[in-house]
Amino acid sequence: MLTNSKISGSCNAEVGQELPALELRPVNRTTLALFAGASGDHNAVHIDLDFARRAGMPDVFAHGMLGMAWIGRLLTRWRPQSRLRRFDVRFQGITHLGDAITCRGKLVERLQHSGEECALIEVSATNQFGQTKIVGDAVVALG
Amino acid sequence: MDKKWIGYQLPESELAVERGRLRFFAKVIGETDPVYTEIEAARAAGYRDLPAPPTFLFAAELDSGTVNALLDTLEIPVEKLLHAEQGFTYHKPVCAGDRITVRSRIAEIYEKKGGALEFALTTSQASNDNGELVAEMRTLLVCRN
Repeated sequence: MLTNSKISGSCNAEVGQELPALELRPVNRTTLALFAGASGDHNAVHIDLDFARRAGMPDVFAHGMLGMAWIGRLLTRWRPQSRLRRFDVRFQGITHLGDAITCRGKLVERLQHSGEECALIEVSATNQFGQTKIVGDAVVALG
Repeated sequence: MDKKWIGYQLPESELAVERGRLRFFAKVIGETDPVYTEIEAARAAGYRDLPAPPTFLFAAELDSGTVNALLDTLEIPVEKLLHAEQGFTYHKPVCAGDRITVRSRIAEIYEKKGGALEFALTTSQASNDNGELVAEMRTLLVCRN
């Protein structure tokens, strides 16, 4: 059984394979207000237009961690969260109101991580105009 | 940012992981997997209670005020602040009912573009009630001058 599951795991995790993309609805103010409460990040630049303008921004904008949480969903619907070993991102651009984000992942390498067979997944979040907002990678145990 | 703060240990933060907060978080990020909202689904998946999603522990130092204290210490005005990078390394699941302690230190302070951008890297260790290391975090903040 173990051997079979390992073989089937390998078949489902080929280098070059893409994870099913996760498409999100356009970012709105309600989501940002609620995410402020849920995440604990109450920075007014994400929820108060007056504050955002005083900070030199045209409007409020999304928390970087909202985008990272969405990429987390992309990963945990591909493999259970208990298999996630590492998850690192760089916030490359500001996600604005109205941005409809698509999260993508691609298996770029099979590697050993602490003696476990793992997949290195390159991840990204881009908007409807093809502008990349977040890039990063994750290590997921295949087991 | 004064480089004298490199190595500074921030006050520790305690986060009581609660079902209600996890369900709220799951709803806001659009999570549809019942593992994150229904106890039975979580238990069927092998968790003792609702699991905290991969990025949830970032809340610990926001809730406690440690992030604000860090910004005050480094004299970063919130309107000039951006989150540049974030990383997590996972060791053990975190579930509702856990009490998580996060300990962070300022690992690096450096600048780019002749000081136009100043960076502060913090590294954190999160442990559970049993003192087990559950996750490590790495946070890079940037101040745009």
